[in-house]
Amino acid sequence: MSAVTILFLAAFLACLVEMVEALTIVLAVGVVRGWRSPLMGVGAAVGVLAVIVAVLGPALRLVPVDTLRLVVGALLLAFGLQWLRKAILRAGGCKALHDEEEAFREGRAEAEAAGPARHQGIDWYSFTVAFKGVLLEGLEVAFIVVTFGGTQRRLDVTVVAAALALVVVLAAGLVIRAPLARVPENTIKFVVGLLLTTFGVFWAGEGTGVNWPGSDLALPVILAFLAVVAALLTRWLRDREYPLQPGAAA
Amino acid sequence: MRQLSAFAAFWWDFVVGDDWRVAAGIVGALGLSALVAHHGFPAWWVLPAAVALVLAGSIARVVRARR
Repeated sequence: MSAVTILFLAAFLACLVEMVEALTIVLAVGVVRGWRSPLMGVGAAVGVLAVIVAVLGPALRLVPVDTLRLVVGALLLAFGLQWLRKAILRAGGCKALHDEEEAFREGRAEAEAAGPARHQGIDWYSFTVAFKGVLLEGLEVAFIVVTFGGTQRRLDVTVVAAALALVVVLAAGLVIRAPLARVPENTIKFVVGLLLTTFGVFWAGEGTGVNWPGSDLALPVILAFLAVVAALLTRWLRDREYPLQPGAAA
Repeated sequence: MRQLSAFAAFWWDFVVGDDWRVAAGIVGALGLSALVAHHGFPAWWVLPAAVALVLAGSIARVVRARR
């Protein structure tokens, strides 16, 4: 598996899983309060995210590559280990699995309970919920697209991967008109956590002066090593039984 | 002031997350990796080993807290 393939996969899967969560938020409010305002919120959030990527992506080219790899690698390590830690805790039965149908029910109940908020033809409740949901979920994707693309000098690959994932989720949402509960979100998050941590180790290592044996070929080896560590930790957790804490599904 | 602290809390949660010791462990590992590489020794093993240890330590703390 080449570095570009892993790069594409990481951006695509991260965007896919975050957009599935954003879609649930938008669907919950749209089904109850109408579609015009939430769709305007989605458009505004996507616009803000596009500006972030368009400004920060090319700007990273001005940073020396070694400095960039150290900083981005360290951030990706911190960020990736958060994803991986949560994924292991979920897979090991120590944390509740993320459930899109439950999230949809909660979002729908909140949208029904909220009072009227229409002003100048826009339902500001729907607009704000959709805008905030897409922006917050999308920020992680923008971070991954910019850092992965900028550090490997392949912003085109990560932007295309994220855009493709966005199109796939939007198309599925339009067809199904229900939360994409059958997407194996928790498994995808596990894989994305592994990929983020792998690139974090690789780039932060280069930034600190490490010469990786085999250069880019070290990437799949690091990925395999981390996958084994994560699998062992998951198995260790599964051997125990934990009472799940209420509200631990976040 | 409240908005500023909310902004700082957002970025802390975004980068550091639930367990600050993981972030602290990463910073320590980066320092060790740079030190080993600077002295001319092979340093490729430092970060993968550190990540495995930091991750296992964080998971173990969750397990201990549940007991």
